[in-house]
Amino acid sequence: MGEVIVVTSGKGGVGKTTTSANIGTGLANNGHKVVLVDTDIGLRNLDVVLGLENRIVYDLVDVTSGNCRLKQALIKDKRFTNLFLLPAAQTKDKTAVNPEQMRTLCQELKAEFDYAIIDCPAGIEQGFRNAIAGADRAVVVCTPEVSAVRDADRIIGLLEASELRNPKLIINRLRPAMVKRGDMMDISDILDILAIELIGVVPEDESIVVSTNRGEPAVMDLGSQAGEAYRRITKRIQGEEVPLMNLEVPKGLMDRLKKLIGLS
Amino acid sequence: MLEFISRMLGRESASSKSVAKERLRLVLVHDRASISPAMLNKLREDLVKVISNYMEIDEAALEFNLCQDDREVALVANIPVVKMKRDYSAKGQELNS
Repeated sequence: MGEVIVVTSGKGGVGKTTTSANIGTGLANNGHKVVLVDTDIGLRNLDVVLGLENRIVYDLVDVTSGNCRLKQALIKDKRFTNLFLLPAAQTKDKTAVNPEQMRTLCQELKAEFDYAIIDCPAGIEQGFRNAIAGADRAVVVCTPEVSAVRDADRIIGLLEASELRNPKLIINRLRPAMVKRGDMMDISDILDILAIELIGVVPEDESIVVSTNRGEPAVMDLGSQAGEAYRRITKRIQGEEVPLMNLEVPKGLMDRLKKLIGLS
Repeated sequence: MLEFISRMLGRESASSKSVAKERLRLVLVHDRASISPAMLNKLREDLVKVISNYMEIDEAALEFNLCQDDREVALVANIPVVKMKRDYSAKGQELNS
């Protein structure tokens, strides 16, 4: 029996889809049978992040409304034979699916796959309720900004109210240099406020833009810092204990100067 | 100018992160205070239970509300006391003497 993990955030644009794609690809790379489910009906994007946009025939709504069988809608990944995508419908809206249908679908996916990763839409309305309906675990993505942390706090409350206890936090797009000069909240600031368990920190990294341009998740790029962060998150999801990445800024001229004049 | 220099040197005084943290703290007090009426009722019942151990109160005239303004959230309760319970006031005397 597999596990259903929902990736959510409340706020849009913090990296839910990128995170879903990378976790899913990472798990598949480690030998698991994985399905990625895009529940952002009307605004699908997981297909382009994975580079599978040209292969879509059926979608999530076709499956839940009985237009096709689940197997017909699943798209096989280019790189991994054990990774699949169930794309969202682009021409319908969030009300085309209900939480009961999602629960049934998730049961079906769990019988077939080791992991089902659900990419949740932004917001707290029906799309969110659909996405979390069949989930066993939740991962909350948050960037070190006031708006994203606030929305994450609300989402954590809603998850716990719907019996999805102990959601795990991913802090995305951390900029160590800004943290160092006190212009960005650091990991402990955010954990203080949200009071949930951390499952990973992903640094801001240009390679994410490049990998999204190409439709190849950064987790496969051994030279990418964000990719390394996602590889570690993948291992933690599998239950391994992995230390956090070292995100220290290398000591520069300014640090040495400060030391010289006794400021630090 | 001094601020600029200390900022250049990475001193905490000019950091915007502490501003962010303080603003978040305040906004979350407000967000989290929007609790459900059911929970507010439960809190009210528990509170009445505890106070009733010490004094007799007029439950019908009891006012109980979460009040919010820009800076803070307060739980305001106005609880009319009908009479104090004798056994507890006697115990209080004992403790004082």
